[in-house]
Amino acid sequence: MLTHEAQSQMLTHAQAEEIFLRLSRYSNADGLEMLIAGGHSALTRFANNTIHQNVEEENYVVSVRTVIGRKTARATTNKLDDESLRRAVESAEAMTEVQVEDPDLVPLAPAPMSEGPPTERYFENTAALTPADRASAVESIVAIAKKNGLTTAGIFSSSRSAEAIMNSRGLSVFHAQTSSEISITMLAGDSSGWQKANSPDARNLDAVALAETAAGKARDSASPREASPGKYTVILEPAAVLDLVGFMFFDFGGMAILDQRSFLTNRVGTKLFGENITVDDDVYHPLQSGAPYDGEGVHRQRVRLIENGVVQNLVYARATAEKMKKSEHAAKVGHIAPTGHGFPLPNEIGEAPMNIVFDAGPEPARRTVEQMIASTDRGILVTRCWYIREVEPYEKILTGMTRDGTFYIEGGRLRHGLRNFRFNQSLIHMLSNVAEMGTPVRASGEESFDMVVPPMKVRDFNFTEVTKF
Amino acid sequence: MKDIASWILNTAQARGASYCDLRAVDERARTIATKNGKVGHASNSESLGVGIRVIADGAWGFAATQELSRASVEATAARAVEVARASARVKQHELQLAPEKAYVDEWTTPYKIDPFDTSISDNIELLLKVDSELRAVEGVTLAEALLSFRRYEQWFFSSLGSDIHQTKFITGAGYSAYAFAGTEIQKRSYPNSFGGQYQNKGYELVQELKLVENARRIAEEAVALHKADQCPQGTFDIVLDSSQLGLQIHESVGHPIELDRVLGMEANFAGTSFLTTDKLRTLRYGSDLVNVVADATLEHGPGLGTFKYDDEGVPAQCTPIITHGLFTGYLSSRETAPAIGADHSSGTMRAEGWNRIPLIRMTNISILPGDKPLTLDALIASTDHGIFFKTNRSWSIDDKRYNFQFGTEIGWEIKGGKLGRMLKNPSYSGITTEFWNSMDAICSRDQWTLWGTPNCGKGQPMQTMGTGHGASPARFSKVKVGSAYKGT
Repeated sequence: MLTHEAQSQMLTHAQAEEIFLRLSRYSNADGLEMLIAGGHSALTRFANNTIHQNVEEENYVVSVRTVIGRKTARATTNKLDDESLRRAVESAEAMTEVQVEDPDLVPLAPAPMSEGPPTERYFENTAALTPADRASAVESIVAIAKKNGLTTAGIFSSSRSAEAIMNSRGLSVFHAQTSSEISITMLAGDSSGWQKANSPDARNLDAVALAETAAGKARDSASPREASPGKYTVILEPAAVLDLVGFMFFDFGGMAILDQRSFLTNRVGTKLFGENITVDDDVYHPLQSGAPYDGEGVHRQRVRLIENGVVQNLVYARATAEKMKKSEHAAKVGHIAPTGHGFPLPNEIGEAPMNIVFDAGPEPARRTVEQMIASTDRGILVTRCWYIREVEPYEKILTGMTRDGTFYIEGGRLRHGLRNFRFNQSLIHMLSNVAEMGTPVRASGEESFDMVVPPMKVRDFNFTEVTKF
Repeated sequence: MKDIASWILNTAQARGASYCDLRAVDERARTIATKNGKVGHASNSESLGVGIRVIADGAWGFAATQELSRASVEATAARAVEVARASARVKQHELQLAPEKAYVDEWTTPYKIDPFDTSISDNIELLLKVDSELRAVEGVTLAEALLSFRRYEQWFFSSLGSDIHQTKFITGAGYSAYAFAGTEIQKRSYPNSFGGQYQNKGYELVQELKLVENARRIAEEAVALHKADQCPQGTFDIVLDSSQLGLQIHESVGHPIELDRVLGMEANFAGTSFLTTDKLRTLRYGSDLVNVVADATLEHGPGLGTFKYDDEGVPAQCTPIITHGLFTGYLSSRETAPAIGADHSSGTMRAEGWNRIPLIRMTNISILPGDKPLTLDALIASTDHGIFFKTNRSWSIDDKRYNFQFGTEIGWEIKGGKLGRMLKNPSYSGITTEFWNSMDAICSRDQWTLWGTPNCGKGQPMQTMGTGHGASPARFSKVKVGSAYKGT
């Protein structure tokens, strides 16, 4: 088993293979697959200019899937001694045996014929961050808050992790990465500002710059005024864009179409969005993160999801692709093939693109947020959205609130802070009304997974109510 | 476990911690889900580890490990102290905890049938029977059903001398029918959305829910919604079914009364609260009929917020939150209680697992039923013109918990005291205190259900927690309806 010292040192590919060998000895199933994932994660949390929570965790989880005929099931444990691993295999096998035969079950994934492009996402400097390092950064953030007469709250997290998938057909893939994240809220008496950034490499995070920007937003939005609900031109900063558009990408999986729960049912190949909307799923993009293979160990492919407003392609797990080819939808969904986007089996969801990259067009056509403000006669700048939920699944109407920095724009300038709005907005309409975009950046919000998205200027964004602050 | 505890407590003390507690947790879960006639998900899981929380130099530190050897837990305890010393570099004052006694006790959720004693084959057979009933209705395009069992065993020790061993069983079950046609996806769920009903019970909960018996009706309603009229826009008297009222309580009472939010400790993520401490015992939160408690005791029922001790060793309590409309109490912890002048915590600290710190979490936040007998039928009969909302579909509220908007899966018009036409896409919205002050009727105890919300998110790193919410159907006057669909 992994010793305490070995855990602190990070799981290696060889150690993962050794655990798989031990599991294999206990299995009588036709097929065996192992997922192992874990590592060390830490998060320093601050509020009221004080570090009030500060945590570290060390954990690895082994998940075993067995296949018997056309039946499969899974058992998971974080106990890595021989007895516990044997019990996990027995548990998976016992659950597999009582399953109903699944004609759609595909054999375990074969070993890949070739490697995908390299993805270097492990940075020693980030892996080595200590509680004292994180406290130093928080000290600098608190200093900026105090300088501005504000109170700050937020996090600085860092982690090092490793994951591997192996199976009895010889597949063996391994990925290690680091991650780091800073999120800062600055609070004034009746206003607030927010900024967030994350990266596999902590050197890309500038705590001071983020804190200064958040403080500026809190300061400039003080004494917010109330504006009437209605349709406005809005400028959405990247985090706001990310949290909104994140609600549509689970519908780009083939299984979502087969289940008829996707807003793309009967719409693949149609022009659903504006001419300027082009989106890829691309785990290999330099601003992306994550493993270059899916939950079965299949290498992820770059997939063009939307081109010039037309929904071009879906993503597929291996079993979904097989099922789609035989379905009534086959002729209507474009190219059908496994793309390396499946979730670990068995699951009900199938697959989803999780490495979204927006293409904002050629450089000269892009606009900075400042340029967008300057070209806006009357509009609203949205820093961040909050508590977004789907109201209607086929028109993709979302409701939610603005938060932590909402500003009124008039005559090309930010005029004052605004009380926060509730919106009820169709994503289809929103992405059909994008007037301008900026350079895509790696953005991070709270409602969706991280993406590479641009800021957007959107016409006729639908605010329906105003809250009290 | 006592050995592990002594290694940890001794190490923390030797390193200079002024306080230490630890939670060793052994957790087991089984999840089975079916989709359109097949098993969609089948898994067993287990997790074991220990989380160590210390105060050193007047600040918090926490470290957790899955490895329970002496070397590992002692190193982890030392690490927790090191983390606390780093925290102490950025502080405005020394941590002070409200006093608490030491307890030595053992407790287990009362249950009749250990869910892990039921056969997986029988579990699958039940779900497939539900699935078959749902898909027997023409127009149903997707049927999903779920069974979820969890056994959560925890040993809590603290430097105060507490030694508390608790075991909880959590059972959940439910299903949904979807109907896609034209340009609409409609959905009905039973007995609630979010996977169904969850309680701290054994398998007997599944037997009580009458899953198969209700499946045909639920599927027929999902299909019928396609022919229903769109919910109108305007101002109406509305009646909420008990599960929707449970979620309304969760969002517009349960979260704003969390004292850590009120004190700004969640400002970066979950937000703050409009319930600043000056409002305690001064704010008219609701009408005279509104009585809400935070009750973690077994007497309240087998809710997801029921336990004997919270995760910092404080006994379960019943706290009056709203008393005849007056705001009377917060959810607090040993750290936050002194901020409102309380001499003890209200016992609401809970952690998702061994690798997370306890946070203030809702226990069972329930509205008490009306004193006088009143059935849902009688409530509707006493309503001249309004809309009846059933089973949540969407939910959203601002980060201070003022402005909310909820959508339900289905609604009906009430006219002349009778349920009339079915309405699709119903939604309503409002401001928290205005809404609760408009409550003019609530059904009696025989209509009251203790619902379980299994998916409440809070904290960084995010923790998911189950909360309980007891409610009877209730009526609210002059509420804004239908703005979710206006001009989108």
